[in-house]
Amino acid sequence: MRTDQVLSPAIHVRGLTKSYQKLEVLRGVDLEVERGSIFALLGSNGAGKTTLVKILSTLLKADGGTAAVNGFDVATRAARVRDCISLTGQFAAVDEILSGRENLVLVARLRHLRDPGGVADQLLSRFSLSEAAGRKVSTYSGGMRRRLDIAMSLIGNPPVIFLDEPTTGLDPEARLEVWQAIKELARNGTTVLLTTQYLDEAEQLADRIAILHEGRILVNGTLAQLKKLLPTVTIEYVEKQPTLEDVFLALVGTGAHQRPGTNREGQLQ
Amino acid sequence: MTRHFVGDTVILLGRSLRHITRSLDTIITTTIMPIMFMLLFVYVFGGAINTGTESYISYLLPGILLITVASGIAYTAFRLFLDMKSGIFERFQSMPIARSSVLWAHVLTSLVANMISLVVVVLVAVLMGFRSGAGVLDWLAVAGILMLFTLALTWIAVIPGLTAKTPDGASAFSYPLLFLPFVSSAFVPTETMPGPVRAFAEHQPVTSIVNAIRDLLTQQPVGADIWIALVWCVGILVVAYLFAMAAYRRKIA
Repeated sequence: MRTDQVLSPAIHVRGLTKSYQKLEVLRGVDLEVERGSIFALLGSNGAGKTTLVKILSTLLKADGGTAAVNGFDVATRAARVRDCISLTGQFAAVDEILSGRENLVLVARLRHLRDPGGVADQLLSRFSLSEAAGRKVSTYSGGMRRRLDIAMSLIGNPPVIFLDEPTTGLDPEARLEVWQAIKELARNGTTVLLTTQYLDEAEQLADRIAILHEGRILVNGTLAQLKKLLPTVTIEYVEKQPTLEDVFLALVGTGAHQRPGTNREGQLQ
Repeated sequence: MTRHFVGDTVILLGRSLRHITRSLDTIITTTIMPIMFMLLFVYVFGGAINTGTESYISYLLPGILLITVASGIAYTAFRLFLDMKSGIFERFQSMPIARSSVLWAHVLTSLVANMISLVVVVLVAVLMGFRSGAGVLDWLAVAGILMLFTLALTWIAVIPGLTAKTPDGASAFSYPLLFLPFVSSAFVPTETMPGPVRAFAEHQPVTSIVNAIRDLLTQQPVGADIWIALVWCVGILVVAYLFAMAAYRRKIA
């Protein structure tokens, strides 16, 4: 890796535009993502999040502007970009007919790793899929599929990972599992760009948050910076009630996702 | 990134061949319709059809084989459609692999699946009394024509596989292909057809392909038919390939 690549941001986007026929999806997007950070792209449906991720992962060509990943331009050096990224799309892109282990071995072989079986077994245990490893993926639950999907993206340790709405359609437990996996990624130095329409997800995970609205970045900053955008805080006294999510997780939660306010048996205190 | 083309294609071919061996029912359903046609024409209509040959099943088999391929490639389009829909196609395209190997793996899988179906149909024909004195070279020539025909139809199937919005849309294109053999020399000699129909029948690709295969299997001298057949197959292959690649480039930057 050359020095300028080490110093440059992991993702660098300037004035990116993209239209589908007459529909302008991106109207000049600027953003930078620092190495090793989690960057959340927040926006409602149709804001252009998926289009941006597809351009960054070399699946779509932009109409104008520039985008670089790991120092490589996505348009002119697409093959080099693909060397250093992984994409986890909006729907778990797993092979339903193969087993979980076969899915992982397939990706490891395509990445020309030396010990595909070993890599697969390690990831299966890391994502608590060892027991289901030999089963056809079509028998997996939504959360298991997503975990497998993310595990497939980690093979070969790409320095930059795109996660497009990684928790959409998951139940609260599965969502926490995925959050855990994403936090661990960043701890190991991987740069994560994730898109989400859930505000709490961005709050929970991201070092920086950008709001994409109608094809433009409205704001971009840390959570604290975004909070300062609103006028003076008004102080209200509110009785702290458990949220429905707290109740749900307390009742059905497994030991791994124990929330404050419940004891080991999951009973309300 | 052509350095891994062969290796990546082999890995992805292994993947989709596994799909076939794990859902052998797709091979069986592919062969059911041609086998039904074969039973119907040999045991119901066959007695009333005068082809001027001793064995109707030998007359009919080449056309049945083409119907087998036409029904088989519907699954090629369907498998590709599923890969597009599930997002795994995009996953592969965003990985550091030879990108075109994803498409080639589907094409080669189609070739293998159709060859298996063709062998099954020929075996059923043998049970029904089909016999041929054709030698190894004749059979190799027949296999060659059928492979070329399968490749040509497979590249046609790639187009709806890449562009279809629904599973039905992905496989509906094969229905017209299934009926082309009926207006050809596949089931009855074209001489009895009224003028315009006969003109169509004698100038569409199925007739020359059927005639070439039939001559090879019945050890008749193969005339110009085989060259016309080859020109049709290669022509369809090239045109379908160009359209398929254009559709592919529209999908993937």
